[in-house]
Amino acid sequence: MRKWGAWATSAVFIYIVYLILTLWTGELGLWSLGELITGAVIALLGAIPLGNIVWKRGDVRLLQPHRWILFLFYLIGPFFFSMARANIDVAYRVITGRIKPGIVRFQPHLKTDFGRTLLANSITLTPGTLTVDVDDGTGEFYVHWIYVKNPEPRPEEVCGPFPTWARRIAE
Amino acid sequence: MKVFLYLLLAIGAIFNGLGAFALIRFPDVYTRIHGATKCTTFGSIFSILAVVIYGFVKGGGEGGTLAIHALLALFFLLITNPTGSHALARGAHRAGVRPVGAVVDRLEEKE
Repeated sequence: MRKWGAWATSAVFIYIVYLILTLWTGELGLWSLGELITGAVIALLGAIPLGNIVWKRGDVRLLQPHRWILFLFYLIGPFFFSMARANIDVAYRVITGRIKPGIVRFQPHLKTDFGRTLLANSITLTPGTLTVDVDDGTGEFYVHWIYVKNPEPRPEEVCGPFPTWARRIAE
Repeated sequence: MKVFLYLLLAIGAIFNGLGAFALIRFPDVYTRIHGATKCTTFGSIFSILAVVIYGFVKGGGEGGTLAIHALLALFFLLITNPTGSHALARGAHRAGVRPVGAVVDRLEEKE
């Protein structure tokens, strides 16, 4: 039963993305009949390999709508601000060549797959930090830092408010 | 309006240029990933935002399609860019490429 639920959810998500992609293409209101059928077929075919993997470790709580609103707020607010600041910092390092790289380790205490993925992607998208590895068992992050200020950093020193937000959104 | 769009495109172009410059300046694969993919992402975000705003201002089916396709491209860029960077970095470290001039390498100590 759970398996079928996972497959159906994946199919619905793929269908929604396809419908957004083909907005304003047809005579039936916003879509044409051909697009609707093609989208349904693609959604079913795509859900067969994906459905089981995406929701594997009980990440069903991602379907709660308040998490989506939090995520959008995070993307526009704190994340974009950190990224802009770090971009200017790295631009300065590109021009002057003043770097002190190293791979540091820290423990952000995240348990779910989605929380870890969100934090790792945020870190990698922010200039100056790059997630090289995440330990699956302990959840420790190995991050390549372009200017190491402290070889034994706390999570906040490397990536600012991201761990708090990842916990708020995904756990 | 036009001036604002040109400003966004200019910021995008400057950061893309810096990303290319970083490829020459930085010493090894990890720092080059910092330069190339980061500056490119920031540059691309501003270029795509210019297209999105242009599409919405133009309005109608054509402009709306343009804006929404650009937004989707931005969304998937934000997902795939960090995933790809991470795969490159992890692959390089596993293949035995060590970070040049590193003060500390906890991952090597672990392995």
